[in-house]
Amino acid sequence: MADGDCQEILSELYTYLDGELTHEVRIAIRGHLEHCPDCLEVYDFEAELRALIAKRCQERAPESLRERVARALAEEQGRPIDPTAFA
Amino acid sequence: MADQATFSEQAMPFMSSLYAAALRMTRNPADAEDLVQETFLKAYRAFGSFQEGTNLKAWLYRILTNTFINNYRAKSRRPTETDLGEVEDLYLYRRVGGLEAALANRSAEDELLDRFTEAEVKQALEDLPEQFRLAVLLADVEGFSYKEIAEILDIPIGTVMSRLHRGRKGLEKRLYDFATARGLAGDRSEATAPEARVPAAPTEAETERAHHG
Repeated sequence: MADGDCQEILSELYTYLDGELTHEVRIAIRGHLEHCPDCLEVYDFEAELRALIAKRCQERAPESLRERVARALAEEQGRPIDPTAFA
Repeated sequence: MADQATFSEQAMPFMSSLYAAALRMTRNPADAEDLVQETFLKAYRAFGSFQEGTNLKAWLYRILTNTFINNYRAKSRRPTETDLGEVEDLYLYRRVGGLEAALANRSAEDELLDRFTEAEVKQALEDLPEQFRLAVLLADVEGFSYKEIAEILDIPIGTVMSRLHRGRKGLEKRLYDFATARGLAGDRSEATAPEARVPAAPTEAETERAHHG
């Protein structure tokens, strides 16, 4: 495999992982990766890194926030607020 | 035109991912909670203008991002584009790719990337200058397309791509800093880690030969 091919593949690697290339280019890159262990190793590493970032940055909204937002939305739905409620 | 009565049912399932994004943006839980609440309220009020059947998640993120940019940006000096510096492509792979392969041979489930803690990955993302942080967050954590990110941030697709490219390299550099600080990867200058094989990049030896040949 010519070095120039590898360089071109690697320069498109982020875009390939993002799924943002045309069908033709995707096919060409997939074909290259099947036959080039060096590029495949870089691809595997970058794909794993991408998955790791998504996995490690997950959060669960605290229950108190859910309640707070639900209350705020209920209040908003009840507008105009009855002034006697504050009496 | 969307019916306000169905707002909660449709929008509440996005609460945790909006909260995750808000945390990375504000970098503190109290502000993140306020930002999420404000986002939900604004979205509820504007829900009549939301086109039913279009992308609700992207619409909510646009409100979240605008609210953050307008109201929650830290007053203190933030890292800027200049602070990101120049980082080469495949920064992390070039330094730990070979090491990872070596580790994987010894113990497959104990790969280097897996050793990065939640705190380290979050910190690496939060340390990016804001414009890069938002792009990487939207793409790599939330999985939005270039087009969606362009709409959420109101910037051209080309700008999305260049911010993503630089932001990802910056993130990789930060992760490598953490890896060396914890002794997960040797400092490259000590040459303890086997050099990762990156195809097609001229090695220093080749450059030397070219200069002296």
